[in-house]
Amino acid sequence: MFKTFVVGLLLGAAAVGGVLYAVPVVNQHREASIISVRTNGGNAEAFYVNIPMDRILLGADGLASPVPPDLAWPDGMLSGELNTELFKLRNARDAVVGVASRIAARGPDQDAIIEWVLHVPARGSAYVTMQPEALEGGYRSGVLRHGTREFQSLSGSMTERWVAQEAGDDSPGDGRIELEVAFVAIGGAEE
Amino acid sequence: MKYLLALLAGLLLGAAAAAAFIVFNPLVSSSSLSPIEVSRNELLVLNYSGVAEDALAHTNNGESSINPQPSRVQQLWEPAVRQTDVTVTLLSGSRNETVGLGIKFASWSESTQLLSGEAVVDSLWYVYMPGRGSLVVGQRENRFQYLRDIVLPAHWSSSNSWKGQWRGNLTFGPGSLGTGVVVGGSGEFAELDSAAIETLTARAYSAENGPVAAEGQLTIEIPAAVSADSFEEGVVAGDTP
Repeated sequence: MFKTFVVGLLLGAAAVGGVLYAVPVVNQHREASIISVRTNGGNAEAFYVNIPMDRILLGADGLASPVPPDLAWPDGMLSGELNTELFKLRNARDAVVGVASRIAARGPDQDAIIEWVLHVPARGSAYVTMQPEALEGGYRSGVLRHGTREFQSLSGSMTERWVAQEAGDDSPGDGRIELEVAFVAIGGAEE
Repeated sequence: MKYLLALLAGLLLGAAAAAAFIVFNPLVSSSSLSPIEVSRNELLVLNYSGVAEDALAHTNNGESSINPQPSRVQQLWEPAVRQTDVTVTLLSGSRNETVGLGIKFASWSESTQLLSGEAVVDSLWYVYMPGRGSLVVGQRENRFQYLRDIVLPAHWSSSNSWKGQWRGNLTFGPGSLGTGVVVGGSGEFAELDSAAIETLTARAYSAENGPVAAEGQLTIEIPAAVSADSFEEGVVAGDTP
């Protein structure tokens, strides 16, 4: 009987070890990436943010309508103009795939900056710095400064564009932000 | 029948012993010293409150013991972001003066391996310092010791809480020395390419509400070429030997 007990003891310990080894403790939900191959090298992918539905946070000095409405933004504690936004990030199928932040700032001794962080839990994060000036057609372009995990070995660019909801709607501030990324493996050629 | 009972008792005891070994694995040691802390380069130290209620905003899936705040902030309930926390917080310097804004994205990682004492979180800090510039810190955190030393004891305690003094280095990669990767974005940090660590000091934790008294610290190594630009006194902590 003692031998049976010892066998059980070993089996129990092995079972716990085996389960922890074989069964992932964390399993991130993955939406299939919708990526197209660009003619001149690299991959293109589009993300969207629906406004106001996907806006998690909007904070700035003296803002009359912050998001969420009960946000206590520290007026005056951060010098210069600073506009902080946090969004849910959607793919082309309109499924939420991550979260993103957009910082627009201009300090007393600093040029204007517009910067995005795209955080896709199953894939990694991308840090993109944008040109402050908008291009013709309402686009603004930027470059990937840093990526983690899946984005770590990539370089490339991103454009942002604000598309207002159709005229006649009674919510003039509604619309969506379109983000189009064009990433290529570091060392690859992007034209 | 008695053999079956003996086998069952053995199974249960073996499973419990294995679970206890994983939790109290002596090979998983507390490492509070990072190579950055003995670096000869200057260090930019940014402090923040580790209590979610002190942040400007904190959001998660709404089922965590840490309540999203403010109360009307959107929660991350969609499947792809359910295991993600986002915190927007003020960052302070060594004299407790506000020096910037930090946004932390943190997601549980699929590389978590409890057998080897790794409860991994992939996180990225975005830091904006008015008048100075912006940078990001990408890192992998290991929260195993935090869970083992604070969260589990809080749940086991009859008072549903933990009190004590705990300081730990959360960062354990992706840098080869267990540091996070720092990349500058604008201003005086535009050319920055460096390393960082995040440490946490906890004094009280509630099983129902999460951290009650805790402070976090981001320590960023500033290479000599970048630190030649003037830094405000007090924010740069060290010119360590």
